[in-house]
Amino acid sequence: MLTLEKRAQPSRAWSLMTPILAVVLTMIAGGIMFALLGKAPLEAIRTIFWDPIFGEFSFYYRPQILIKAGPLILIAIGLSLGFRAGIWNIGAEGQYIMGAIFGAGVGLAFYPADLWFIFPLMVLAGALGGILWAMIPALLKTKFGTNEILVSLMLVYVAEHILSAVSFGALRNPDGHGFPGSRNFQQYEAASNPEIIAGSGMHWGVITAFIAVIGAYILLNRHILGYQIRLTGQAPRAARFAGVRPNLLITFCLGASGALAGLAGLFEVAGPAGQISIDFNSGYGFTAIIVAFLGRLHPFGILLAGLLMALTYVGGDIAQSNLGLPAAAIQAFQGMLLFFLLGMDMLTNFRVRLKQAEAV
Amino acid sequence: MSDTAPNLLTVNALTKAYPGVVANSEVSFTIAEGEVHALLGENGAGKSTLVKMIYGLVRPDSGSMTLRGQPYEPSEPRAARASGVAMVFQHFSLFDALNVAENIALGMENPPPQRQLAGRIREVSETYGLPLDPESMVGNLSAGERQRVEIIRCLLQDPKLLIMDEPTSVLTPQEVDILFETLKKLSAEGTAILYISHKLEEIRTLCDSATILRLGKVVNTCNPREQTARDMAEMMVGETLHVPTREARDLGEVIVKVSNLSVSSENAFGTSLKDINFEVRAGEVLGIGGVAGNGQDELLSALSGETRAKAGAVHVKGKPVGDLGPNERRSLAILAAPEERLGHAAAPDMSLIENALLTGAIRENLTHRGFLKWDAVKAFADRVIESFDVRTPGARNAARSLSGGNLQKFVVGREVLQRPDVLVVNQPTWGVDASAAAAIRQSLLDLTSKGAAVIVISQDLDELMEISDRFAALNEGRLSDPRPAQGLTVDEIGLMMGGAHGMEVAHVDA
Repeated sequence: MLTLEKRAQPSRAWSLMTPILAVVLTMIAGGIMFALLGKAPLEAIRTIFWDPIFGEFSFYYRPQILIKAGPLILIAIGLSLGFRAGIWNIGAEGQYIMGAIFGAGVGLAFYPADLWFIFPLMVLAGALGGILWAMIPALLKTKFGTNEILVSLMLVYVAEHILSAVSFGALRNPDGHGFPGSRNFQQYEAASNPEIIAGSGMHWGVITAFIAVIGAYILLNRHILGYQIRLTGQAPRAARFAGVRPNLLITFCLGASGALAGLAGLFEVAGPAGQISIDFNSGYGFTAIIVAFLGRLHPFGILLAGLLMALTYVGGDIAQSNLGLPAAAIQAFQGMLLFFLLGMDMLTNFRVRLKQAEAV
Repeated sequence: MSDTAPNLLTVNALTKAYPGVVANSEVSFTIAEGEVHALLGENGAGKSTLVKMIYGLVRPDSGSMTLRGQPYEPSEPRAARASGVAMVFQHFSLFDALNVAENIALGMENPPPQRQLAGRIREVSETYGLPLDPESMVGNLSAGERQRVEIIRCLLQDPKLLIMDEPTSVLTPQEVDILFETLKKLSAEGTAILYISHKLEEIRTLCDSATILRLGKVVNTCNPREQTARDMAEMMVGETLHVPTREARDLGEVIVKVSNLSVSSENAFGTSLKDINFEVRAGEVLGIGGVAGNGQDELLSALSGETRAKAGAVHVKGKPVGDLGPNERRSLAILAAPEERLGHAAAPDMSLIENALLTGAIRENLTHRGFLKWDAVKAFADRVIESFDVRTPGARNAARSLSGGNLQKFVVGREVLQRPDVLVVNQPTWGVDASAAAAIRQSLLDLTSKGAAVIVISQDLDELMEISDRFAALNEGRLSDPRPAQGLTVDEIGLMMGGAHGMEVAHVDA
């Protein structure tokens, strides 16, 4: 009989090994699924994992990966701080939308002025929008003890309604012939977030994401606040004994994740998406939750996980169009990745042993 | 008991190994009918594993047992009970919201109708001098009365052997006396008792013989009535015991002054502190005793700053600190070491280095503008490990990989090395072997000779009597008036702890 035995301490080797093992297992299980769908499994997996980076049209797909990975990483870094402390902000999508609306609103208010500070001001407004939206669950939790999971999630739907309201109303393009959606920032240079190097996919949001990765690493490993975040997540009572003020920590973690989600929204709307529209948000705020866990809440892990996730998105798109794989199959494939990763996690904390059953 | 009593249980070369540790190695002993037999040993000596094998909870790897001459191999507790072996656990398994009879019925294979059962409970409780009303709600009973419920539950099975695991750890001295009367009567009627404890004086009063375990092996057997407690302690430990010594010293000024401290518990099952008053002088140890759950945790939290009270409720060196948080108090040299090692005093999955930072950040100056000085943290952790002989492969190991005693040394050492003016410790030597316990107590006494005020909260009265200058007891969130520890009798201590908690005294005609 196989039994699990808790390790005296988490195995370092396994915590590095499990992501690789999980990817391999996903390829095997995914391959079987593709085969059952009547597609050549090796080709499908090559299309998803290989073609976007090294294939014939990689010059087009590589920037796409960065564009998709940028917001995912940025949001996931913010979420990971809270998750480490046991504060579950599930509503990054809402903070992302509100950041975009705030930032775009500031930019559009200046239209058509051409001033250097417009874009920096939009960035600040974007962060502020995210923070304000995240402060709602933070305040309710610290004052009344409400559950931040529910409140932040519900606020996503409120934000989506606000988004459609401003797309049709306050921020609608006056020259847009009545179509919903704002002016396009790509045609308003002072307020746009263009590619920094043409054809690289690298825009300010991607740069910010990289900075956030490094910042989070320093915070968590070199700063007392990061230590308090980790301590609160691992042993709340010990954290109180260590002098951590829980309410302050809740406010900080929700605020930080809101700010980064808001920034991601602003960079997206002023860059790749181009305009505020009913559906400019493409669920990055939710996918980032997966990215955060896939990266084991570690900043560099999240960087890699964000890139990997973006790769499966881009590769999945190619597989859909070239091989005719259904979108649902791609989503199932991404789901498998998360499933195996979390499943393999057990190996870091437990040892599997073959043991004779004790007679009952 | 006379030596001619027939053997009831013979344990022959029982061995049980767990991964990485041999819990019992070739353990043999015998219990005669009606004998009160003590199983003595430090934490981790293998007492629990041994009785679990006798009670059918754990199967031995090798070895055999006979009960009244018949081979005895209980495969589960039910089989053990059917053979006449019953056990009272240290932790009770009772439902607060049910009455005594209902709780007892829950543990029976074929419970009789409630009315009949209540009658039998009354009968048994009167025979053995354990007054207990079958109708009363368990939630309203004291720890001593709950233990009676467990004992009566066992006695209803008419056992030949009753195993008791640390039964007195939840009792006041008066309650212990009542329990012992009952046990003596049971023994006189021919029921053998296997009594597990590390309280040596108790064993000397109660037991006919003792088997001493160390590191899973039987190291000695003796008649406890013919040994001194110290001799038995040394058999347990296997070395000469170093008894903490204190230098004669003059008490200094009042350092800690607690006045009218009241804190209502945040936890529904916690105990609120009610109007607590005491003073501790420089160089003094105030020992605070009491049965577990009478406000010990809450008092530590109020003194460490985890729960805040009115500013004036706690003064340290004349400064009101009652409303300050833990770190503000640390910067005033007020330190604390909580009882619960894993999860409160230390984070289980963090390394000892990170755990050194947990309370050391401020006084050891381990941060610079919020940034961590890991080298300094590591040096501090190493210093704790070295000065307090913490056995671990290195400071990078997770706290949960340490044995309880070693982690306790780390937790106490971490505070002692931070040069406190005031140190509050809850259960400083809980689960620590005797020689390490002596070292911890010595370090607390050394602190007082440097002029610190030390408050030791403990459930181990021997420990408190050994190191305290004055003694007070917590009872339902109230603190008795502190009295000089020297010359305090066990009876007086018991009364300070709440006496028999309203329990009726046993009426035994043995």
